[in-house]
Amino acid sequence: MTLDNLIDITGVRHAYRTASGPLPVLDGLELSVPEGGFVAVVGPSGCGKSTLTRLIAGLLIPDQGEVRVHGTRITAPRSNVGMAFQNPVLLEWRTILQNVLLPLEIVPTKLSKAQGEDRARKLLALVGLEGFENKRPSELSGGMKQRASLCRALIHAPEVLILDEPFGALDAFTREDLWQIMHRVKAEEPFTGVLITHDLRESIFLADQVVVLSGRPARTQYVLDIPDTGLRTLDHLYTPEAATMLNTLRHQIEVAQGRVPAEASA
Amino acid sequence: MTARQVYVPVAALLIFLVAWEALVWVMGWPTFKMAAPSDLPPAYAKYWELFLTMGWQTLWRTVAGLLLAVVFGTALGMVMGFSRTMRDALYPLLVGFNAVPKATVVPIVALMFVGWHDFNTVLIAFMISFFPIAVSVSIGLSTLEPEYRDILRSLGASQSTIFWKIALPKTLPEFFGALKVSVTLAFIGTNLMEIVSPHGRGLGALFDSGKTNSDYPLMFAVLIALALLGILLYYIVVALEKTFAGWADRSNL
Repeated sequence: MTLDNLIDITGVRHAYRTASGPLPVLDGLELSVPEGGFVAVVGPSGCGKSTLTRLIAGLLIPDQGEVRVHGTRITAPRSNVGMAFQNPVLLEWRTILQNVLLPLEIVPTKLSKAQGEDRARKLLALVGLEGFENKRPSELSGGMKQRASLCRALIHAPEVLILDEPFGALDAFTREDLWQIMHRVKAEEPFTGVLITHDLRESIFLADQVVVLSGRPARTQYVLDIPDTGLRTLDHLYTPEAATMLNTLRHQIEVAQGRVPAEASA
Repeated sequence: MTARQVYVPVAALLIFLVAWEALVWVMGWPTFKMAAPSDLPPAYAKYWELFLTMGWQTLWRTVAGLLLAVVFGTALGMVMGFSRTMRDALYPLLVGFNAVPKATVVPIVALMFVGWHDFNTVLIAFMISFFPIAVSVSIGLSTLEPEYRDILRSLGASQSTIFWKIALPKTLPEFFGALKVSVTLAFIGTNLMEIVSPHGRGLGALFDSGKTNSDYPLMFAVLIALALLGILLYYIVVALEKTFAGWADRSNL
């Protein structure tokens, strides 16, 4: 265990108990995220990626191995994570502003009510939802709901931001919009993040490290570091370097799916 | 409320009354076969004091039964909504209980608590109306998407916080849907007991005395009075729903 890392996952094994016996989902999972780092996790469908997010959030305790955040072993949910899912799960009976403020009603906070509201308004403005504070979720489009959900995940300045395919259900243009918003948010509100995704372009555009998980039971199969090229724009996705990275990742996914043997070159 | 929302139902009511009057007139039915709307005002004029006192008796006992049904139905729904085991254990019992026609339970209850007229009337109103509430609350709670729970649990929220902040408000639309059904059911329960139990209280008893005295217009007048009370309670529930679960209404979007 190194203290430089905010999140350290070592030797994690986990199985779900089902009617037909234990179903192993994770076996030999290793993952480290330095403070301020942003790691994307990709892998075949159903390989246990969402289980991983629940481990980091403390919603699930692994059968073996350990999950540490800031060196402390996670054994129960802690208030220092923010989560956003593919389903934005906003509360329909609250306004957007009240939705964003929800975590502050639960976690211990030093912010006064007015300060919390100021912060919520600032975050909403940052993701381009200025003027929608008093709307209901049902009045917003899918992409806007997802942006509000992101603000809710960040309002209490969590140590770890967990994003479980947050852009998965959006159309391609909205998704690219949100990618750029993510960069803007990260610049203004630095966070340490884990992003679960199915989209390889998304992973190399947003993260500074991409971890490929093997098929079930999942272990860490491959780690790709994304070189720091300063401010990223969508043009970066159309460079030869990006094409090489995408090829490598796609090959690794095919290996994970068991379609090609591991030794075949990319 | 717009003018449209008032005159459309009023017009529908008038058309219904005219059609009823016309039917009786065309068929030439005597009042003991079917009373016409024009036979009712004399009945109301003659017995208006009885209508007021007995209407009140019926109304408060129905509301008391309904309140009990809300408390008990919600509690039962919560138990079944949160625990799979309790759901598996209680559903067959509950369905069986609800399948028993309450008309057959009325004489049993009347004998069991003989003399406690208010109590056994409220009890039947309660027994007949808690089922939809329990089922809707349990379904509302058990179908809560896991992400809602995860969002709050990951922040360290307790089960009761999750219930008050998310599960309860999210279940309100289903709850009010069930309450609308329960309101009318509770009236049926109250009147079953009032008709069967010989205490001479409530609109049910007034109906029964109309039957005994072959006062057919009075019987029809009671039915209409019951319908009016039912409509009144129903719209009170609608107003409560607008206040507490108005967010779920998408019709104005």
